[in-house]
Amino acid sequence: MWAFIHKLGSPKWFYAISSRLLPWFWTTAVLLIGVGTVWGLAFAPADYQQGNSYRIIYVHVPAAFLAQSIFVSMAVAGLIFMVWKIKIADMAAAMMAPLGAAMTFVGLFSGAVWGVPTWGTWWMWDARLTSMLILFFLYIGVIALRGAFSSRHSASRAASVLAMVGVINIPIIKYSVDWWYTLHQPSSFSMTSRPSMPADMWLPLLIMVLGFYCFFVAVTLMRMRSEILRRESNKRWVRELAGELS
Amino acid sequence: MAFESFQDFIAMGGHAPYVWTAWAVTLALLLVSGIHARAEHRRLLRGLQRRMRREQRLAGCPGGTTNHYQRGGNANDT
Repeated sequence: MWAFIHKLGSPKWFYAISSRLLPWFWTTAVLLIGVGTVWGLAFAPADYQQGNSYRIIYVHVPAAFLAQSIFVSMAVAGLIFMVWKIKIADMAAAMMAPLGAAMTFVGLFSGAVWGVPTWGTWWMWDARLTSMLILFFLYIGVIALRGAFSSRHSASRAASVLAMVGVINIPIIKYSVDWWYTLHQPSSFSMTSRPSMPADMWLPLLIMVLGFYCFFVAVTLMRMRSEILRRESNKRWVRELAGELS
Repeated sequence: MAFESFQDFIAMGGHAPYVWTAWAVTLALLLVSGIHARAEHRRLLRGLQRRMRREQRLAGCPGGTTNHYQRGGNANDT
């Protein structure tokens, strides 16, 4: 087990294994998002209350899930970096932050657009909306903080600490709809009970969620490979790799 | 199929602006993120290859870089 973790922490090994995994993640992501898009937009039945505007759910929910999962992943990576000084964990944290910010923006934006026909307003200082906005600012903060130091080590430590502290916001987002129920509806899904919507509605949503997760893994692995090339450009194996390719 | 016709599908039961805006922004951001991740890696690999070739060229010519600088220095002296 420890040998495996140690190997996983080696940039050279990670670069090799990720190149074999990546095509699978890209293909699965494109397939799932493609199927989910066609199904969700054209084939899923219209909602009896909201009509067709509810089709925004197929981008809104996956983006919001990802926005929160990426932040948790970033905090875990930060913890691993702080405790075990594993550099690759810090690279992961650095590379996933922009996608997390983008997904938070998508969640907020699609929610605002959806709110106009359903709630009659695009924004309200509802607990769920506000805590998501805070998540967006936390992402911006983590990215800015990383850019604010001239020493990479200080930047990584500061960004890790902010991610680990900011992760407190995630349970607040999750339970905000139950604790302060003002505008945003509580979750339509739970692990313990059957979904309240027909399978023709929730299956495409599940497919979109899985597709978004695969996409996140693909983008993060790809960007970590770039970061490895950037940080290790003077290592012998990187130079040999570039030599072989040219 | 949840719609009668293609026009029906585009109209989204009157919710076209909302549905299509949200979807367009989401898919566009996904597309940009994916393309950026791949282009970034390609660009870095190319840069590394260029650097390797340059170093090989410099190592290949007799005297390497030092010769070049020496000649520059001599020209200034005279």
